[in-house]
Amino acid sequence: MAIPKVMGTEIEYGITVTNDRDFDPISSCVLLVNAYREERAARILWDYDQENPLADARGFQVDGEKYTPNQQENIARNKTLENGARYYVDHAHPEYSCPEVTNPRDLVIHERAGERIVEISRREACALLPEGMQMLIHKNNSDHKGNSYGSHENYLMDRRTSFKQIVEHLMPFFVTRQVYSGAGKVGSENRAHRCAYQLSQRADFFETEVALDTMVKRPIVNTRDEPHADREKYRRLHVIVGDSNMSEYTIWLRQGVTALVLAMIEDGAVSRDLSLRDPVRAIKDVSHDPSLKQTVELQNGRRLTAVQLQAEYLELAQRYAASRQLEPWYAEVLKEWETTLAALARNPLELADRIDWIIKKVMIERFMDRKGLDWEAAQVQMMDLQYHDLRPEKGLYHLLERQGQVRRMVTDAEIMRAITEPPEDTRAYFRGHCLKRYGDQVFGVNWDSISFGIGDEPIKRVLMAEPLKGSKAHVADLLHRSKDAAELVRNLRA
Amino acid sequence: MSESQQKQKSGGGGEGGESGASGDGAKKLAKKGEALKEEMDSLMDEIDEVLEENAEEFVKNYVQRGGE
Repeated sequence: MAIPKVMGTEIEYGITVTNDRDFDPISSCVLLVNAYREERAARILWDYDQENPLADARGFQVDGEKYTPNQQENIARNKTLENGARYYVDHAHPEYSCPEVTNPRDLVIHERAGERIVEISRREACALLPEGMQMLIHKNNSDHKGNSYGSHENYLMDRRTSFKQIVEHLMPFFVTRQVYSGAGKVGSENRAHRCAYQLSQRADFFETEVALDTMVKRPIVNTRDEPHADREKYRRLHVIVGDSNMSEYTIWLRQGVTALVLAMIEDGAVSRDLSLRDPVRAIKDVSHDPSLKQTVELQNGRRLTAVQLQAEYLELAQRYAASRQLEPWYAEVLKEWETTLAALARNPLELADRIDWIIKKVMIERFMDRKGLDWEAAQVQMMDLQYHDLRPEKGLYHLLERQGQVRRMVTDAEIMRAITEPPEDTRAYFRGHCLKRYGDQVFGVNWDSISFGIGDEPIKRVLMAEPLKGSKAHVADLLHRSKDAAELVRNLRA
Repeated sequence: MSESQQKQKSGGGGEGGESGASGDGAKKLAKKGEALKEEMDSLMDEIDEVLEENAEEFVKNYVQRGGE
């Protein structure tokens, strides 16, 4: 039986400062992240002891230097927030890793709360810049000049499922899911064939099938084996093939369908061989064809369009869901997946209110018509970029949302609440509420631990190896009974 | 799904027309088409207004470092 699909996303944002000739992305990121005033986040360390980004899921350890910043640098670059998220500087980009959630709807709420947090800090940071300069943040994945940054999804998986199985069954799924998860991009880059418009921001950057790297020679399936949980029981599938999505429906569908397919893989329900002859080529071929007519070749010689290949997974999923008791949201996902694939096969324009690459394409084409522009025009490239602008008054996605042109999945009230409140059904609840209640005594945090500095005693580290433990149901009473961290630690031992 | 979906409009692109429209039906359809066109016009106006003025300069200067 598949294990619950605890999930989360890590979004790297594009950052720029206008009219700044000496623009330095790293110091701008530090300024941004520190401009977010959450009282307690200011002094808490990120606990690198628990990190191991060089462990490979295929069973070996890669040589390389693990990054561990000194204490001052650590605090300047890392903020753990009361909602259970991590907001930090990753290389030359601000990054927001949302707290662990158990379903795609909560994921939408928390990913979008992250956008608000980044926008709040952007405004604060702007006030500190010299006159005439403005910091801008884009939730996108490329500068259209060959530089890409990621949008990563994480899903909890059963360690007993072999990584080989995961790779085999996921590869064709990852190559083709962009027909509903792509964020859309004007033009191509990274030496890919020229095209006017493509489905995905990222497809041009995938150069290999399976690997540990995320920055060079990017792989379609990433092998990072860093479970942030009990390593004997779990793995965390680190998905780097996706785009940063703006549309709530796109985010929801992407997360929901991927979680469903992963559950099927755990239960051995992907019983068809859908292996592709050349996944690296196919991911670009699919992305470069907005008509969705392009076929890809399977190992067995069959040729299918991306939508047809997704329909094969859908059919297996329908059978899978019919034969067992799944959480109710899976039925919702299954229904919408079916509706979406049918519309994609019939007329993609029907999805111009919900699938990012189609929303963006229709908007740009209408504007081009009206102004007599072509795909090469600077204004057209500007629209692509500005679709992802986080400023509510300037961002084109925000404009469409305000005008009621895009389908919502959650309410603004739910997003606002998630800026300060953690999800209630995962360990993020414990992490967030420890920060709220005992913030002054929290010394360091990682996904699977929280440590306390109590008086002169040695640091006490509480491990959270089970992502579903530490929920409100588990710990609300414990937290209520413990008026400080010393009492909490005592009560935990009792 | 959530109640928040209730107020969404009928999709940006749903072009598939209703068949057999004649007389009153055709008038209604034309009216609907007109309303949709007006809505689009005002949306395009608004995009025109918020789009960065110096697009060429902006796009040229937008350079990021690779990440992840």
